[in-house]
Amino acid sequence: MHPNWHIGLYVLVQGSSYPVQTVINLIFLLLSAHADMELAHKHGYHNDVPMHDIAIVGGGMVGMALACSLASMPLTKQLNVAIIDSNPALLNENSIKKEDPPDPRVSTVTPATIALFKDVGAWKYVEKHRHAYFDKMQVWDYTGLGYTRYNARDINKEVLGCVVENKVLHRSLLSCIQNAAFQQKIYSCRLSSMTLQPSSSSSPRGSSAKLELSDGNSLYAKLVVGADGSKSRVKELAGISTTGWKYSQNAIICTVEHMEESRCAWQRFLPNGPIALLPIGDRFSNIVWTMNPEESSDRKSMSEVDFLKEVNRALDNGYGPHPKSQLFGGSAAFSWLTIDKSLSANDCFEIPPKVTKLASDRMVFPLSLKHANSYALKRTVLIGDAAHTVHPLAGQGVNMGFGDAFCLAKVIAEGVAVGSDIGEVSLLRRYESERKPANMTMMAILDGFQKAYSVDFGPLNVLRAAAFQGAQYISPLKRTIISYASGEQRFPLFS
Amino acid sequence: MVRKHLITRLRNLTRPASHLHSHCPNFLQTRRHFSDAPPPPASALPPPPPASNVHSKSSLNQTELNKFASIADTWWDAEGPFKPLHVMNPTRLAFIRSTLCRHFRKDPHCTRPFEGLKFVDVGCGGGILSEPLARMGATVTGIDAVEKNIKIAHLHAELDPITSSIDYCCTTAEKLVEEQRKFDAVIALEVIEHVAEPAEFCKSLSALTDSGGAILISTINRSMRAYATAIIMAEYVLHWLPKGTHEWSSFLTPEELVLILQRSSVSVQEMAGFVYNPLTGRWSLSDDIGVNFIAYGTKNNE
Repeated sequence: MHPNWHIGLYVLVQGSSYPVQTVINLIFLLLSAHADMELAHKHGYHNDVPMHDIAIVGGGMVGMALACSLASMPLTKQLNVAIIDSNPALLNENSIKKEDPPDPRVSTVTPATIALFKDVGAWKYVEKHRHAYFDKMQVWDYTGLGYTRYNARDINKEVLGCVVENKVLHRSLLSCIQNAAFQQKIYSCRLSSMTLQPSSSSSPRGSSAKLELSDGNSLYAKLVVGADGSKSRVKELAGISTTGWKYSQNAIICTVEHMEESRCAWQRFLPNGPIALLPIGDRFSNIVWTMNPEESSDRKSMSEVDFLKEVNRALDNGYGPHPKSQLFGGSAAFSWLTIDKSLSANDCFEIPPKVTKLASDRMVFPLSLKHANSYALKRTVLIGDAAHTVHPLAGQGVNMGFGDAFCLAKVIAEGVAVGSDIGEVSLLRRYESERKPANMTMMAILDGFQKAYSVDFGPLNVLRAAAFQGAQYISPLKRTIISYASGEQRFPLFS
Repeated sequence: MVRKHLITRLRNLTRPASHLHSHCPNFLQTRRHFSDAPPPPASALPPPPPASNVHSKSSLNQTELNKFASIADTWWDAEGPFKPLHVMNPTRLAFIRSTLCRHFRKDPHCTRPFEGLKFVDVGCGGGILSEPLARMGATVTGIDAVEKNIKIAHLHAELDPITSSIDYCCTTAEKLVEEQRKFDAVIALEVIEHVAEPAEFCKSLSALTDSGGAILISTINRSMRAYATAIIMAEYVLHWLPKGTHEWSSFLTPEELVLILQRSSVSVQEMAGFVYNPLTGRWSLSDDIGVNFIAYGTKNNE
C-alpha cells in the first residue's frame, strides 16, 4: 500500500460527495487494514523462514563431497540440505574447457579417495575432465645419500594416486548432485551469525540452530556443518578453539609444461623445504615448492626464464648430487628382507623431466598447521580445513577432508536409521572419534617430516638417508608406507 | 515343578527393584543405564516400593517414582544422569528397527519405515525412545506413570515438528488395556525389572498388541555375571552405585521371560544381548544375553 494511493482514494471518495465522517472512517479502515496486512505479512515471513535438516556452510570440495555423499545413500537422500556459499561457481553452469592449461590449484587424490568418489558416483565426472593417474613416485633428498621409488605394483594396485585440478573435483561433485534427485538449496551469500539454541524453547523450531545470512535472510537447520576452510566462520561463531602454528615457510604453486608426459610423481627434499612435481596430464605438471618467505617473494617476481632455471636446478643436481643406487652396498645389505623380487627395490634413480615453460601464474601461500580442539558440538560439526589445516606435503590435506565428509555422511545415515536427532552431540561425537585420531596421526607425520627436513645437520642427514634406504629396500615397511599414503591404512607400522 | 519355581521367583520380584539410577557414573552403564531407564518406565507397572510393596496391583513403586521425578529435568541432557541411556539408545533402536522392519515387511533402507504403524512406548520416561520411533515414521503413544516425565517428554517433543505428534499420556499399561487400546507394536524397555508382577505386566502388554503385532522387552539377566558386574563391581568395588541399588533377585532370566510371555500368548522369535565396550564407549548387539538383553516376540493369533 503506497501512501499516494491512499490520497488518491481519498480524493475519489470526496469527489463523490460522501459525508466527511464516512471518508475519515473509510481511511481509518483502510489504514488499519493496511496495518493488519503488514503484521500478517511480517508473521507470514517469520513462518516462512526455511527449515532445513542440514546447512553446509562452505560449498567447496569438502562441503560438496558431503552433499554428494548424502545424496547417494538411501537413508540420507531425503534430507533437506542447504548449502551456504557466495562462490558464483555453484550457480552457473559454465563447463570447464579441456584445452585451457591446467589450473595450478590441484589435489593429489589417493586411491582411498578415488574409491569414495566412485561410491557416490562422482568419479565418472572427474574422468570426463583432465586428470592424471600416476603409478610411480620417487622421493629423494638433496644430500644425495638416499632415495626411494614407490611403484603401484608393490601393493598390487594400478595407480598410486591421481592428480586432479580442484575445480574439476568441485565441478564433478556439483554435477553428481545435480543429477541426483536431491533436495538441496544453494544460498549464494555468507554466514553472518548463528544461534545454536534459539531462546524460545517452546517454539516448534527450538530443536534447530538459526542462521542469519549476509543478505539479511535467515534459515533454520538441525545440523550446521562448517566446511568453510581454515578461517571457518562456523568455528569462530561456535567458539571452537584451535591449536597450531605457522611454519615460517611459503609454498609457490604453479603449472609448468615439459617435453614429454610422465606418470611419476616426484618429490625432492631441499634445505629449505620440499619441491614436488606432479603430472597433471598432457605434458603439464604442477609444482608445489616450499621455501622460506624471502625466497618465495624473489622467485615469484623473477623472470620466467630464471624461475624455470631454478626449478630445473632444484629437481636435478642443485644443492647436492644425485643419489647413487648402490649406496650402503646397495640392495645386497637388505636382500634378506626383500621377499618379493618384483618389488621396486631395484628401480634405479631417475632424473625428472626438464621443465620447459611456465603455464600459469605463480601463487604463493603461507604454510600453517591448525587443528580444532573439538570437531563436534551440539548442532555443529567441522569438516575439512575448518577442522584441520596441514602442510601441503604429500597432498594429504584434501584427502583428510574427503575422509571427514564421507565419514560424517555415514554417521548421519546411521543416525537417521535409528531415528536420532541428527544434531545430537552423542551422534556427532561418533564422527569425531573416528576422524580425530586419523587426522592427528597424519598431521603428526606430516609435521614430523617438515621438522626433519627443515634442519641441515650432518648426523640428521645421514639418519634421513638411512630412513630412505630402509624405505627403499625393506619391503614390508615400504608396503606399509605406500598403503598409508594411499589412505588405506589407519596407523602406519602398527597394522 | 518348573512352574512353581518360577512363581516363587516372580514373587521375589516384587521386591523393590532399584535405587540406583541417580548416582551412577558413566561406566556403570552396563547396569546403570538399565537402572536409569527402568524407573521411569515403571509407569506401566509399579514395582512395589520397599515397604508398601505388595499391595497395589496396578501399583507403581512410589519410591522409584519419586526418584525419577526428582531428576526428570535431566532426561534430555546427553551428559547428565541419563547419559548411559543416551549412549545405549542407538543400539536398542537398531535392534527394534531391524526386527520390526522384518516383522512388518518394511524396506529397511527407507527413512520412515514405520509410517502408518501404531506403537506404544511403555515407560517412556522423557521420551528418548519415543522420539526416534516417531522420526522413523511410527504413530507413537508414550506412557509413563510419572507425571513429570510426561511433562518433560511433551515439552521436548514440541521442539521438533516431527516429534510433536507423539501422544504422551500419564497412565499405565493396565489402564490402556481397560480402555481397549490396541497397537501394532508394544515396546517396554528396561521396565519389567521394576514391575511388581512381571507375569501380569506381560499379560497387559500382550492385551495391548493387535493380533499379528509385535512385542519388544529388554531387561537384565539374573545371571552370575550380572551379579558380578552390576552389583559387586558397581556397588561394592567401584562404588559407582550406592549399595543396594539393584536387587539381583528382581531380574528375569531369558528363559523365564520366554515362559511368561508364552503364557501371555506371545512367542519370542529372537533375542539379542547388548555388550558394552569400555574402550570405544559404545554398545553393540551380540549373541551374548548374559547381562543385558532384548527379546522380540509376536502375538499369537487368537
